[in-house]
Amino acid sequence: MWEQIRANRTRSIILVTVMAVMLLAIGYFLGFYIFESGLAGLFIALIIWFVMSLVAFYSGDGILLSLSHAKKIGPKDYPRLYNVVEEMKIASGLEKMPDIYIIDDKALNAFATGRDPNKASVAITTGLLEKLNRDELQGVIGHEMAHIKNRDVLLMALTAVMLGTIVILAWYVSRLLIFGGMGRSRRSSGGGGQAQLIILIVGIVALILAPILAQLIYYAISRKREYLADASSALYTRYPEGLASALEKIGGSPIQLKTANKATAPMYINNPFPKKGMSLSHATSTHPPIAERVRILRSMAGGASFADYDKAYRQVRSGGRGIISDSTQYIAGTVGLREASPEIKTTATAGEKTARTREVGDAMLRLNKYRIVECDCGTKWKIPPDFPDADVLCTKCGGRVKVR
Amino acid sequence: MDFWVWIIIAIVVILLAIIVGAYNGLVGLRNQVKNAWAQIDVQLKRRYDLIPNLMETVKGYMKHERETLEAVTNARTAAQQISDAGAGERGKAEGMLGAALGRLFAVAENYPDLKANQNFLALQEELTSTENKISFSRQYYNDSVLRFNNKIQMVPSNVVAGLFNFKLGEFFEIEVPGEREAPKVSFT
Repeated sequence: MWEQIRANRTRSIILVTVMAVMLLAIGYFLGFYIFESGLAGLFIALIIWFVMSLVAFYSGDGILLSLSHAKKIGPKDYPRLYNVVEEMKIASGLEKMPDIYIIDDKALNAFATGRDPNKASVAITTGLLEKLNRDELQGVIGHEMAHIKNRDVLLMALTAVMLGTIVILAWYVSRLLIFGGMGRSRRSSGGGGQAQLIILIVGIVALILAPILAQLIYYAISRKREYLADASSALYTRYPEGLASALEKIGGSPIQLKTANKATAPMYINNPFPKKGMSLSHATSTHPPIAERVRILRSMAGGASFADYDKAYRQVRSGGRGIISDSTQYIAGTVGLREASPEIKTTATAGEKTARTREVGDAMLRLNKYRIVECDCGTKWKIPPDFPDADVLCTKCGGRVKVR
Repeated sequence: MDFWVWIIIAIVVILLAIIVGAYNGLVGLRNQVKNAWAQIDVQLKRRYDLIPNLMETVKGYMKHERETLEAVTNARTAAQQISDAGAGERGKAEGMLGAALGRLFAVAENYPDLKANQNFLALQEELTSTENKISFSRQYYNDSVLRFNNKIQMVPSNVVAGLFNFKLGEFFEIEVPGEREAPKVSFT
């Protein structure tokens, strides 16, 4: 599996590098234009990027969790959730148990955060927790655990910071160009006006395109990581149907998360900003369409390995390249699927509650040496300890009930 | 002459690098296998610890199911007794215990009072989760063993493995009684 992650990492690294080059190019242009020294601009861009990355790296998860109003929970608060997280921690081979947070929100969503796998957190909304059965919850947590295990959180945080830096720099440079910058340029352009003009035009085009391009790259990376996390979840749980049906429930809910944040959108199990009506295109979304994800998971008929996911992916998207490169398949051979697990109720229904109240009452009476006898008609009689007779008249059916 | 000396040095260095790489890879995987085995062990022990609690809770309700209850207690004792044995033997005993617990929970369906007991529900959740954790840690352990064994048997690390006497890991299969047996058909 490590080979697998590495292969995906190289692809992601290429995309990130393209973004970095864009960032540096804008910096260079900024310096060239304003300070008449490209290197100075490069330097400024690097410093901004570095500082923002440091902030994201060291306090990103804390900021995110507090922005989401997430509450940390222990094993006693939500035993089933805690158990499922621990199960997935074991299945993924993660060394440390991630912290678990609850977000009090009716929306159906969940996310993972933390810069390295040993210092990670998963958060889930109360709405989602209520709606999912055990297998579905396992699928969702498996997906989040995969984000942690594959180090997507760090990758996406740093990419988001880079995207932010590009957008900010491009915005400022374009402001400077429009107000005032022009004059200086004209003053200095005595002889080599033509070369200056070309650089100016290239620069302006780059300024307009860079933020858009960076955004598209960002979305592309995010979607790739989503597919990989889905595949990993299926592998961990050996039960793709769990995640599929959870995604269906999540996709069917119209409620939007109140505390979602654009920069952290890729970390959620589903895009927290659903588009109204028809979406423009696949290219401008952090997440693949939910229907497609469900179809891929449901097409995994043969097994739960990455190879099976890849096959299903190609089948659903009718040909083309797979999402997971062939040379780096997870362990050769088949990985079997498992059966659905039987449902356990952890909360009692109304009828059971009355039964429980009665049971507690009976126990109290028994403690006080009361005797509980049952008539043939089914009525229960509670006999005080000092009751003198050997039997009692059942007022319901008129028969005698033996006390002793 | 100088040229050949350099060639030989280069070959030796490359060979050493391969050996060191293979050796470190093997040790890393062996540690992963050990670690994964410890994970299974933790969960199996947790199951042993939960069972007496379960028995205590269930006893009052299931007076007529003495056989089922005894089967669980006996299977637990048997499994605990050989908890130092290898993966193969343990798998059999743990399979018996799992099956006995499964029967107990199936029978519990007939006792609505028991099913409404909060203590029982909590224990059932814990035991089901422990069961899952056992199978997930087994899954991870077996994956680790497979990769370790592959490394031991594949060129070039097989040479290094032979040199330093790395032994193949043992898979952990929990045998569910009756699952592997051929169906009995009698013609009478």
